[in-house]
Amino acid sequence: MATVAASPSYTTTGAPRYGIMDWLTTVDHKKIGTLYLHTALFFFVVGGVEAIIMRAQLIGPNGKLVSAEVFNQLFTMHGTTMVFLVIMPLSAAFFNFLIPLQIGARDVAFPRLNAFSYWVYLFGGLFITVPIFFNAAPDGGWFAYTPLTGREYSLGQNMNFWVLGIQILGISSLAAAFNFATTIINMRAPGMTLMRMPVFTWMSFVVQWLIILAFPVITIALFFLQFDRFFGTNFYAVSAGADPLLWQHLFWVFGHPEVYILILPAFGLVSEVLPTYSKKPLFGYAVVVYSGILIGFLGFGVWAHHMFAVGMGPIADTVFGLTTMLIAIPTGVKIFNWIFTMWGGSLRFTTAMKFAIALIAMFTIGGISGITHASPPSDLQQTDTYYIVAHFHYVLYGGAIMGIFAGIYHYFPKMYGRKMDERLGTWHFWLNFIAFNLTFFPMHYAGMLGMPRRIYTYDAGQGWETFNLLSSLGAFLMAPAFLLFAYNFMRSKKRGEVAGDNPWDAATLEWSIPSPPPEYNFAQIPMVTSRYPMWDLTHPERMEGVPHSMEGWDEAKRRTGEHVTTGGKHEADVAPMHIESERKTAKELGIPMPNPTIKPLWVAAGILILFSSLPVMYADKNAIAYLMMAVGGTMFVGFLYAWLTTPMEDPHH
Amino acid sequence: MAHTADSHAPQHHYTTTGLDNRKVAIWMFIGSECMLFASLISTYLIYKGKNVVGPLPHEVWTNPQTGQAMKAILNIPITSISTFVLLMSSFSMVMALAAVENRNKPRPANPAFWWKVENSSKLWLFMTCLMGATFLGFQAYEFTSFVHEGLTIRRNLFGSSFFTLTGFHGAHVTAGVIWLGTLLAIDMKRGLQPKDALWVDIAALYWHFVDVVWIAIFTLVYLIQ
Repeated sequence: MATVAASPSYTTTGAPRYGIMDWLTTVDHKKIGTLYLHTALFFFVVGGVEAIIMRAQLIGPNGKLVSAEVFNQLFTMHGTTMVFLVIMPLSAAFFNFLIPLQIGARDVAFPRLNAFSYWVYLFGGLFITVPIFFNAAPDGGWFAYTPLTGREYSLGQNMNFWVLGIQILGISSLAAAFNFATTIINMRAPGMTLMRMPVFTWMSFVVQWLIILAFPVITIALFFLQFDRFFGTNFYAVSAGADPLLWQHLFWVFGHPEVYILILPAFGLVSEVLPTYSKKPLFGYAVVVYSGILIGFLGFGVWAHHMFAVGMGPIADTVFGLTTMLIAIPTGVKIFNWIFTMWGGSLRFTTAMKFAIALIAMFTIGGISGITHASPPSDLQQTDTYYIVAHFHYVLYGGAIMGIFAGIYHYFPKMYGRKMDERLGTWHFWLNFIAFNLTFFPMHYAGMLGMPRRIYTYDAGQGWETFNLLSSLGAFLMAPAFLLFAYNFMRSKKRGEVAGDNPWDAATLEWSIPSPPPEYNFAQIPMVTSRYPMWDLTHPERMEGVPHSMEGWDEAKRRTGEHVTTGGKHEADVAPMHIESERKTAKELGIPMPNPTIKPLWVAAGILILFSSLPVMYADKNAIAYLMMAVGGTMFVGFLYAWLTTPMEDPHH
Repeated sequence: MAHTADSHAPQHHYTTTGLDNRKVAIWMFIGSECMLFASLISTYLIYKGKNVVGPLPHEVWTNPQTGQAMKAILNIPITSISTFVLLMSSFSMVMALAAVENRNKPRPANPAFWWKVENSSKLWLFMTCLMGATFLGFQAYEFTSFVHEGLTIRRNLFGSSFFTLTGFHGAHVTAGVIWLGTLLAIDMKRGLQPKDALWVDIAALYWHFVDVVWIAIFTLVYLIQ
């Protein structure tokens, strides 16, 4: 490579500006990650507002702010939004932005499919959210138990939007999962062996497998429900002899792995954050990886612990109780590994670090309350009470959301070339931390005193008033905490402190390139010899006891002869581990990049129109529905054909 | 703009496994599809024998309207024929892929008739499509005759789960026929070359998978009573 010092420093100019068409046609994994991040934060506000309205209703006994019908829509949409439109896509934002950077790749395996996943997610999110403005939002709970959600008891359009919306979002998640799993399996830089991958990439890898294997099950469960509602089939019709538990089993065979789909990426993020700010390698890397795999594996064998109250019998209850307790082992192992990572380290309490430590503490509380309902007799006292609500908010907000905030503060400089304001961040952290505990801790007590979930109002004199008041005040405090974050986020993009390539002195590959990274990520693909390639260069003293070898490098050379061509043409495309601060265009470097294209967006729009025709058909407007099917189907087939027959890159000369 | 001979060929990217990304992705897709069909087949098996009204797959039943004894509805001999046709289509699929991969091997001066047959990817792709379409024809016949005998998707649990399971499989065969038909069209237009073999390869993997699923369905739904 030529000189390094001559080019102007990119980071002083901040993030480059893009026009609207750049965003609509982008196939760059970093820009798609940005799209995911912003869209998911928007839906976070939507889901948060839904929660605040519910807490306003429940602040005192006999609240009259909303009707029972509206309340049903609020809790259904709050759950659905936070699971499918907030936490999963926030994780997807990090999958997109980080996975190729962490494994030393120039893009994901299928860049255009990646854009397609995002557009399908956006359209699916709107499809399921917009009905709330017409008082027609889904109202059968985020788990949509039959027979309540069948045509007999939910005649309106509400649940159609849920069934079809989740189906659309499933397409997005599956397409993205095939893409990221292929990327991780097949596009690692020479020497980036599986056991050298950053833990975030490892946890993401496990999550992709969970999506690949769990989503087809909910797809089928949804098809059954859709057929029951639209065509009068009998899958959930008890009068025709159907098993009243079929939906619950199918839903939770998907739904429990889904829980790990939500939490494992956050585990991965804090596994990046903690070593960086402890200035130590992660304690027990291999065990953290193995326990992540074990959590994913066991996650398929515990689903019926959501169903202890339905009367499955002593054998099933015992087996699922035991497997559920078993899953606490790998989770506990992770917690101890994080604590031992901090032990003896020189800690820097940045905002990201505070959020990561909060995850350890809050997730542990949620984990312990989880153990209390792993035992069926104990669970029978807790099921369908606010105790359960407290539990899963401790693991999903105290766990997943805290971890994602840690990730945002940590990776913001890599995304935008500027740091977020640490003082505002600290305020955000403490406000958020206090508000979170004020909201959800009292729910344990309300639940133990017998307050059921999902009730839209309650009478005075049952001992629930104080706890509900505290919960509501906590929820109201979350709004200013988030506004502070949003202000910091938007402001820091333009006016934050310029960060440089590696502001946190971190250890993994993504910190060896400029911030924000150039479109091709790596001008030369780095050759990796250890788990912490950056510390090999900057802090060799931290690398005692971390294994080094040329493993994987020889294999790469053997397969391609002397000229190792990692996505490029020249031998010079691969180089020993190094820091890149020079910024050239892909053209100057002769790196082929995929062309921007709008076709994935149009294919996604075709899918949206196809699915939208079904509620129209449900309203007996068949002519319009057939027209929509024709239009949507034509768009889908036509643009898909155009997409597949257009080469991704220009031929190189 | 000096093009080298293969400048339009897909770039040979280095990959960690040495496999093409598309091949890795199709295997994961097949893994996902396994869970899809596992859910459908389990539901069918769970609902077996739980019908409150006929028609039934393997049992004689009494029509409540007429009081008439009705025969079991599944026609195993007919379906055995369509199963055989579908299995044979996997053979022609293998031949099609081999023909595309061997396109560049030297052609004998006077190729024998069987040499030409063996190396005609068009013939084998066409045969595969034809046998897939034949299978679908049998399925269409089966579905219509069932409806005539009173078994609709709304009739009972067997109707709902049978039509949905075999219908999903039929939809997969249909997608496969369209996919292979597209490859055949490209072959007719410009001839598939060894560098295109991967496209045929992943289509073939999909096709064999759909075949294997049918073996499971045929055994569990038709043969085991």
